[in-house]
Amino acid sequence: MTRSVATLIMFATVCVAAPLLSSYYVGLLTEAAILALFAMSLDLLVGYLGLESLGHAAFFGIAAYVTGLLSLAGYHSIWVSLPAALFASCLLAALFGLIALRTIGPYFLIITMALGYLPLGLAIRWRSLTGGDDGLAGVGRPNFGLPISLTEPRAYLIFTWTICVAAALVLYLLGGSAFGLSLRGIKENPSRMEALGYNIWLHKYVAFVVAGTFAGISGVLYAYLNGFVSPYDMSIYRSAEALVAVILGGAGTLAGPALGAAIILMLRFTAGAVTDKWSLVLGLVYIVVVMFAPRGVLGLLAFRRPSKAFHEGARAD
Amino acid sequence: MNFWVIQTLGALSLGMLLFVLAAGLSMIFGLMRIINVAHGSFYMLGAYIGLETIKWVDSFVLAIVVAAVFGALFGALIQKAFMEHLVGHSLRQILLTFGFLLVFSDITLIIWHGAPVIIPAPTALEGSLRFGNIRFPIYRLFVIAIGLALAVVLDLLQKRTRIGAMVRAGADDIEMLGCMGYNVPLLFVGVFAFGTMLATVGGVLGGVFLGVYPGIDLEVCILAFVVVIVGGLGSIRGTLVASLLVAAIDNLSKALIPELSMFAIFMLMVVVLALKPRGLFGQRSA
Repeated sequence: MTRSVATLIMFATVCVAAPLLSSYYVGLLTEAAILALFAMSLDLLVGYLGLESLGHAAFFGIAAYVTGLLSLAGYHSIWVSLPAALFASCLLAALFGLIALRTIGPYFLIITMALGYLPLGLAIRWRSLTGGDDGLAGVGRPNFGLPISLTEPRAYLIFTWTICVAAALVLYLLGGSAFGLSLRGIKENPSRMEALGYNIWLHKYVAFVVAGTFAGISGVLYAYLNGFVSPYDMSIYRSAEALVAVILGGAGTLAGPALGAAIILMLRFTAGAVTDKWSLVLGLVYIVVVMFAPRGVLGLLAFRRPSKAFHEGARAD
Repeated sequence: MNFWVIQTLGALSLGMLLFVLAAGLSMIFGLMRIINVAHGSFYMLGAYIGLETIKWVDSFVLAIVVAAVFGALFGALIQKAFMEHLVGHSLRQILLTFGFLLVFSDITLIIWHGAPVIIPAPTALEGSLRFGNIRFPIYRLFVIAIGLALAVVLDLLQKRTRIGAMVRAGADDIEMLGCMGYNVPLLFVGVFAFGTMLATVGGVLGGVFLGVYPGIDLEVCILAFVVVIVGGLGSIRGTLVASLLVAAIDNLSKALIPELSMFAIFMLMVVVLALKPRGLFGQRSA
């Protein structure tokens, strides 16, 4: 409940402050919302089910590519691109889920990493369609049926935040619902949940597909934000950013990973001023976080109040 | 006919290279229950270090030795300085190696820049053998021999030696092994170092015919992952069979349908997982 209110207050603040912000911060805030949603979608797997996926960018990337391709083909309505892209993400997740969820633990990590490599390889090699390493340039902003132009950065900021906040609220609801609680139960004690009559595989599968589809939403918004789609959006680096955001923020808290994503984005901008070796910086952050702060920021806060926090999850590892 | 002979020999040599790599992954997993996601990065580092050695002293043998020593020392360092602090948290250990993958990919880019290079084959193994009208590079035969030798050595090591017995015992019940007075942390350092050493040596061996370039770390890593998924983690025999299977499918699909070659390997993985979720020869749960 608290986090829903906090999210809405933040949303209101952004809407009010938008006209006052410089275009630098407008861009930053837009990207923050998108990456926050991406991290939250991954948290559904990592935090709720304890399934560390190293290939989540596949769903983000395929939605971005579908959006880019539709835009370049002349379909500028978001009512076309969003359903089409989400259908692609959903379908890919439904397919990968069938394979990846046959495994658990370390196997799940490497199989998601291997599966994630598949669409990436396709994006790089199918040059005639995807532009290969060059990616897709010239993706225009969408229109959504109202006489408001989204090419204006502040309009796109509010548009993005509206969608991301709505998606976040849905994820909060889902996390607190009976479904979300049974996911936690499956993480903590699968054999007991099975004995209680829960269909474990189906729960995991639905969560996997939902996570992939929400990642798709962020992929669509990201493609429109940059006007550009590149293989990087599907790469292991994109997956790594989201995963470290989840752990850094506190897996299983949803709001934590959103915060983590914002921190990682700030870090990328700050580090970008000094070095172009983002992978090196990200890797070092990874090592530090995994070694010293496996519960993440919100996890550490929650850890101080065990009674309530314990039921809200916030258990990394 | 020629096509098939060359395909088979090509698959055998690639398969043996994959075996050298995947055997390291599989051994580390068998004992420590973790997967070294940075395994491909060690391969790439090994390849570059081998290349530098050849530039300095022009000796392929020395390149292998230097890469092996580097791999073992570096692996031991990572195990001792990082992984050891997270014993019992296997997922965190895996995520840690993921961090190393990211770091290494940029470090190699900083030191060696991005241009693809090829490690020159040793002069003694240059050229090709002729069987009738089929020519086959001697170097590839050499890699096949190395892979076979390694398979035999690993098998003997595991079944006939004291260290092999310790590794097998550790795989079954690590706490009991510690209780009986064996130095488990040292065993972990040894096995991790041995695994990374296989990866760096693999880098030198493979650099001759696959080349070395940024991104090769992920490419070989993914192939090695598919091998251990198909073969089953922790099983040397399974790793050998799966290496050959993956290499054969990779080689053949690249020759017949180059655009879709990746899908062929993944189809193999899908089929195996559908029938045997723990791989062809895997017995223990993950």
